[in-house]
Amino acid sequence: MLELRHIGKGYANGRQVLTDLSYTLNAGEYVAIMGESGVGKSTLLNLIAGLDTPDTGEVLIDGIAISLLDDDAATRLRRKEFGFVFQAFHILPHLTLRQNIALPLLLNGISGKRIEERTEQMLVAAGLNGRGQHFPRQLSGGELQRVAIARALVHRPKLILADEPTGNLDPDNAHDILMLIRAEIKENGASGIIVTHSHAAATTADRVLLLTKDGLHPINTADSTISGQGI
Amino acid sequence: MTSGMLSRWLLVGEWKAHLTQAIVAIIAIALGVGLGFSIHLINTAAFNEFSAVAKSLSGQSDLQVRGTQATFDESLYPALAQHSGVELANPVLELDVAIPDNMETRGNATLKILGLDIFRAVDIAPDLIGIPAEDRLFDILADDAIFLSPAALEWLKVKRGDPLKFRVGTQTITLRVAGGLARTRAGQRIGVMDIGAAQWRLQRIGQLSRIELKLMQGVNHDRFKVALTQELGAQYVVTETTDQEARVANMSRAYRVNLNMLALMALFTGTFLVFSTQALSVVRRRHQFALLRVLGLTRRQLLKQILLEGATLGAIGSLIGLILGYAAAAAALNILGGDLGSGFFPGVQPSAHFDPFAATIFFILGLGVTLLGSAAPAWEAASADPAPALKSGSEDVALSKLATPWPALVCLGLGGLLTQLPPIFNLPVFGYLAVTLLLIGGIALMPRLSALIFSPAFLITAKSTSKAVPILALARLANAPNQAAIALGGVLASFSLVAAMAIMVTSFRVSVDDWLTHILPADLYVKTATSGDTRGLTPDEIKTLAATPGISRADFFRSSQLTLDPGRPNITVIARPIDRVDPANTLPMMGEAITPALLPKDAIPIWVSEAMVDLYGYTPGKRVTLPIGVSPPDFVVAGVWRDYGRQFGAIQMRLADYQALSGDQIVNDAALWLHAGVTLEQAIESLRHLPFGSALEFSEPGQIRALSLNIFDRSFAVTYLLETVAIVIGLLGVAASFSAQTLARTKEFGILRHIGVTRRQILGMLAAEGGLLTALGIVLGFILGLCISLILVFIVNPQSFHWTMELSLPWRELITVALALLVSASVTALMSGRHAVSGKAIRAVREDW
Repeated sequence: MLELRHIGKGYANGRQVLTDLSYTLNAGEYVAIMGESGVGKSTLLNLIAGLDTPDTGEVLIDGIAISLLDDDAATRLRRKEFGFVFQAFHILPHLTLRQNIALPLLLNGISGKRIEERTEQMLVAAGLNGRGQHFPRQLSGGELQRVAIARALVHRPKLILADEPTGNLDPDNAHDILMLIRAEIKENGASGIIVTHSHAAATTADRVLLLTKDGLHPINTADSTISGQGI
Repeated sequence: MTSGMLSRWLLVGEWKAHLTQAIVAIIAIALGVGLGFSIHLINTAAFNEFSAVAKSLSGQSDLQVRGTQATFDESLYPALAQHSGVELANPVLELDVAIPDNMETRGNATLKILGLDIFRAVDIAPDLIGIPAEDRLFDILADDAIFLSPAALEWLKVKRGDPLKFRVGTQTITLRVAGGLARTRAGQRIGVMDIGAAQWRLQRIGQLSRIELKLMQGVNHDRFKVALTQELGAQYVVTETTDQEARVANMSRAYRVNLNMLALMALFTGTFLVFSTQALSVVRRRHQFALLRVLGLTRRQLLKQILLEGATLGAIGSLIGLILGYAAAAAALNILGGDLGSGFFPGVQPSAHFDPFAATIFFILGLGVTLLGSAAPAWEAASADPAPALKSGSEDVALSKLATPWPALVCLGLGGLLTQLPPIFNLPVFGYLAVTLLLIGGIALMPRLSALIFSPAFLITAKSTSKAVPILALARLANAPNQAAIALGGVLASFSLVAAMAIMVTSFRVSVDDWLTHILPADLYVKTATSGDTRGLTPDEIKTLAATPGISRADFFRSSQLTLDPGRPNITVIARPIDRVDPANTLPMMGEAITPALLPKDAIPIWVSEAMVDLYGYTPGKRVTLPIGVSPPDFVVAGVWRDYGRQFGAIQMRLADYQALSGDQIVNDAALWLHAGVTLEQAIESLRHLPFGSALEFSEPGQIRALSLNIFDRSFAVTYLLETVAIVIGLLGVAASFSAQTLARTKEFGILRHIGVTRRQILGMLAAEGGLLTALGIVLGFILGLCISLILVFIVNPQSFHWTMELSLPWRELITVALALLVSASVTALMSGRHAVSGKAIRAVREDW
């Protein structure tokens, strides 16, 4: 599904964050990536999403090198195949919950009737049944993140990218959100990558990977070495 | 369909959330378009009506033969009537005649009287034929009968059979209103008489104003015109109706173009307001746009979305502007008449007609400037990389391109260069382009200038005080200079335009005032037949007047019209006593005059107005020919004088020279100096007792000055209106940009309150920011406005109206406007701040964006 080939990326200030990183994510796989702050976790997500380009190597989605696509083509690919969940929710404040969730469907040119049905399904799945006409300001943080997850999955993307999705939530809400992400990924047959600092969050994934200067390393979440990595 | 739905959601969502800012931008565009459209409609209506009236007086003739002076000898008529190729010749005497009664109610107006040969005019100008009473058909040829247009009947409050008095020189004649005219235009005030009767009663025996010619079928008009012009010589001009139109167009073109340009300046301020609204809206929604890009909105779609938002504002604003403009034009034409007080289109009564073509142009203009204002913010939003844009703190990065000084410097440099270029078609096209470039360059330089000023101010303040409010205010201005510059730009655009217009108008007014003082040195001025074409004082009357007790010196003037170019309005020839050695004694000279010793002996000296230099190339020392007298010698330009009274050119020459050349011994006006101890009242009393005393009108220099300045103020009333609109748009801009920025900083205020800053301190910080920014905007706006005013005073005015002026600064008015702006801006910042800090601090920091 996703293949990272010898990815290298440095910042404009000269700091190298990713060096010769390679990894393959299979279809239906849900992995968590952990690592120290500044190691390049969010940068890696941006490279996968085509929002940034690697200095070396390439990112392949179903065999297509995303860096070879022009901006429009990369955008269309992202629109169709990817779903995003951010730590800061990023819900458009002037749209209703229904409109926020429907955004990817609109962008993908889905017709009105199907938009209504699918948006309603996602509202129910996110536990926000009957609140479609509410505005973001009327919701709690946990509820906002549910909206973000519903928006990320509404168009049945192949790959969900979640960047610290529970960073702003209390443990109870965080657990609910993580379960929702996992359930929706599995139910839709999608793949998922969650970047997190939270041990608890990481354990909801099928596999946990540790990002270091040397690349991605599978780790056992029960292993005490995790705490030794500063996580 | 789905992309349309998304567009609608985003647009409606944004407008619902920030309705005030959308409304402010719409108002700004509507005002700009409305002003431009209304001025265009008023000018067009007045111009067309004036042109139609002028044409209606020429009837359906193919050519008109005129003298270079107001009238010529009628002996030409039989020659032309029998000329080969001429089917019909129609002699016309056309005079503006003063009406002595009820001067106070009608002002100094005159009635245009046409003397026509009824048997000729019936073929060429049938509309102008009088309609006599059924039982008095021969009134049409009667020597005491005059036929009046409906507008003249109404204006003079007379009906058929009533007597009507006219002033002819120092005499009063009485005519009888014999009926109306076949057909005239609404508001057209004219009277028609039999030509023989008119020549006799108006003391123009043997004189004609023009001969209208209808050519035989098959005669080539152009060839005939050229041949006839050569045949008649320099004393006559042969014109066509199109020349008449060109003449009318030339008369008012500079005024119309300048008025339109000023109206477009208001639209420019509106454009800047749209730019600042859109730029700040884009900055505020930077994260939202980045998210949409992450979700799959392409750059092109985002660009389209933002431009669509701008276009919607522009379309709504332009439509409202067109409606407002039409309503304003209709109201202004009804109340002020077609000339907006300028006096360019006297005696016409135009009505506003909706002009779909012009409406389309102004709609496109409104839409275009809105798109222009939206283009840069839209481009920035679309080209931003979504990943970094999602992070907070990237707002000022969005505007970082604004800090590049080079485009601004290029604009300023180019603007400076354009000031050196000559006019095109007698219009200061490059002058206006230079003004536009200076405005754009000045505004574009603001981010860099505000950083240059606020950064050291912040460092100094931080070292010298530990008070939170000034440090916070200056830190923001120093560290986010681009956002500050957008708010600053609104103040700058409006204040610079207001300052420029105020300086220009004041410079003009002060110069006119000085000029009036110079040209009115006498104690008393006397004129006959108010502003009419009819006779003045005869030589005997001149002697009697000069010998009146109490008068120590009397200078007499003869002014008449002269046609030098059929396509241009007439010039004025003023003959008066002039000191050849020092003409500056009587004339407001510009530069040195040529001394008599250096003047050629075989040429008569003339002193020309600045317009003559610009329009006819009459430079000092140049030998010219003028069609004065039967065989005029050469004239030499002995100097140039300033004339604010006659935009189309005037020549002054010595009365003795004029009388010797033309044989015309009549004078129109007199300037009188009184003996010491004689009061004005005594002198006027003595003059009234002269045999022709009742025909004289007296004016004191103070009265003439007051009247002239009153006319000046009326002419510039529309400029004051435009200034007011610029101020209103500027204040709207200040309000819009401050409130937009303040609302966008709700989260920042929440954080500040979390760390212990009180609401009062935040409000103080906002007021300080608003005040500092506005103060800087005013100082820089003044500098920019002064530069623009230099262009208006020294380039646009001379190139448009052919007169120069001295620079004068209206400090009091400028300080008043500056203080008003300063207070309004601080209050706006405070009010927006109150709203922004009214919510709970917890909620403010929890805001997602």
